[in-house]
Amino acid sequence: MAMQRKSLTFTQAWTFTAGSKLHSSIGSNIVIQKHQILVCKIGIWIAALSPGSWLVAGLFLGWLGPNPVETLTHITGMTTLVLLLVTLSITPLRRITGWNGAIRLRRPLGLFAFFYALVHFNIWFVFDQVFNWRWMVEDIMERPYITVGFSAFVILIPLALTSTKGWMRRLGVRWTKLHRGIYFAATLGVVHFYWLAQSKADVRLPLLLGLCLSLLLLYRVPGWLERRQRMIARSQGSNIR
Amino acid sequence: MIIRSKKASDISSSEITPPEIYLGRRRFIRDAGLGLATLALGGTALPNEITAQSQEIPPRFRNLKSELGEELNSYRDITTYNNFYEFGTDKRDPSRNSGEFEPQPWTVSIEGHVNKPGNYELDDILAPVTMEDRIYRLRCVEAWSMVIPWYGFPLAELIKRVEPTGNAKFVRFETVYRPEQMPYQKTGVLPWPYVEGLRMDEAMHPLTTLVTGVYGTELPNQNGAPLRLIIPWKYGFKGIKSIVKIEFVEEMPTNTWKMANSFEYGFYSNVNPEVSHPRWSQARERRLPSLFKSHETLMFNGYAEEVSHLYAGMDLHRWK
Repeated sequence: MAMQRKSLTFTQAWTFTAGSKLHSSIGSNIVIQKHQILVCKIGIWIAALSPGSWLVAGLFLGWLGPNPVETLTHITGMTTLVLLLVTLSITPLRRITGWNGAIRLRRPLGLFAFFYALVHFNIWFVFDQVFNWRWMVEDIMERPYITVGFSAFVILIPLALTSTKGWMRRLGVRWTKLHRGIYFAATLGVVHFYWLAQSKADVRLPLLLGLCLSLLLLYRVPGWLERRQRMIARSQGSNIR
Repeated sequence: MIIRSKKASDISSSEITPPEIYLGRRRFIRDAGLGLATLALGGTALPNEITAQSQEIPPRFRNLKSELGEELNSYRDITTYNNFYEFGTDKRDPSRNSGEFEPQPWTVSIEGHVNKPGNYELDDILAPVTMEDRIYRLRCVEAWSMVIPWYGFPLAELIKRVEPTGNAKFVRFETVYRPEQMPYQKTGVLPWPYVEGLRMDEAMHPLTTLVTGVYGTELPNQNGAPLRLIIPWKYGFKGIKSIVKIEFVEEMPTNTWKMANSFEYGFYSNVNPEVSHPRWSQARERRLPSLFKSHETLMFNGYAEEVSHLYAGMDLHRWK
């Protein structure tokens, strides 16, 4: 009974824009939902901005040590990967808890992930490549570790650009397809980190991230298979007709 | 037989701390109170904490530069940014996690093809040698670098004393294995103990230095106390730290990083801007504390004139 009620309120809150029959108790639930989302969003902003603030402060106050660029590169890269994984955990979170409001957190999380990827790339371009395009291209072409990292970044660019409601509406089904790119970006990102860590013989962190990513991707496999089967069934049905 | 000729990087005799001063200082430090020692050394003194805290370059080093006119890195940079995996894989770990390590007393076991093998007390190793300040570039394989005033003596002096036989083709070094004092030796990050090696002629080269100090003060634990190796024309990881064993062998020893990842790291590991690491170019380096990786890496780390003859006829792309 309690379970049923719970799922009912969640569903209502999610579909309220569709103009389903609202009565007063559900209306107050919507207020609570909005409140929850706002609180979560504030939490995301604070959490996502804290590594960046820590780095900027450290850069000026000198607690990043004798090689600050190493720390800057490492932390921005790590934060990108963690945020990508958190973004990918929204769908499982939604399904497991039944809290559909979680979907509203996906965009800010994804955009923060892109923000850190952009900073990470720029640190590399400015401090490691010293604005030299030739060196940069050479690195991307010759070193697979850079190639995969750079590819992950490139994949994220259109996702960030089309993250607005307008683009979502314009692209329709294609939007969903395009944004599956995050699976590739996250995978390439983890491989990039793994290869670097391999050079330093300490692969514990990339392995941990890889494990989390695998779980998040595995969680989606039954859904993909089901959808595929439904599609096959539908096409077969149309063939018979 | 090494014929010493004067090279640009050689230290003129006026720059070398005379042994009587050095030995006197060691005794002083051992016997005298802190105040006395500090007084005797004009404030540059012993306790690493003093220099670490003041972050100042001790006066007698203040105007010293490398033979290429490069500024010295600060004591703080040198002692807080270290690769010493026995204490952790982050550069800050060694300075944070090496407090428990006890570098005294210290014994070095000398083994293999030598006429005088045995366990040598560190003090006995140091007693007859001439200690010198040696300003060398340290080029890490990770493409950052520093300029460091080490304090030590040529490895060749020790080698001559123990009289290697004709079968001694390589020298194999081992770091101490003390998991209770070196926390990361409890992990499998690298195979322990750490091993490095040199070809006999590399080991006998006058630039190859056994180091006991930095900035004229005793080597801090995080830098490889009490005895480490510095081979300035090779990547930093060849400079094995906290040495307890020196073995004279016939076969080329397998060094730890080659063991861990032979695709990326080799035995020779000479600094070479033309041979890239699979993950990054070695043509440029970040000369700390600079933010930019814009410093051009020199062949053999700038010591080509002194050492290139060691590798005449060798394909350096192959012999990484």
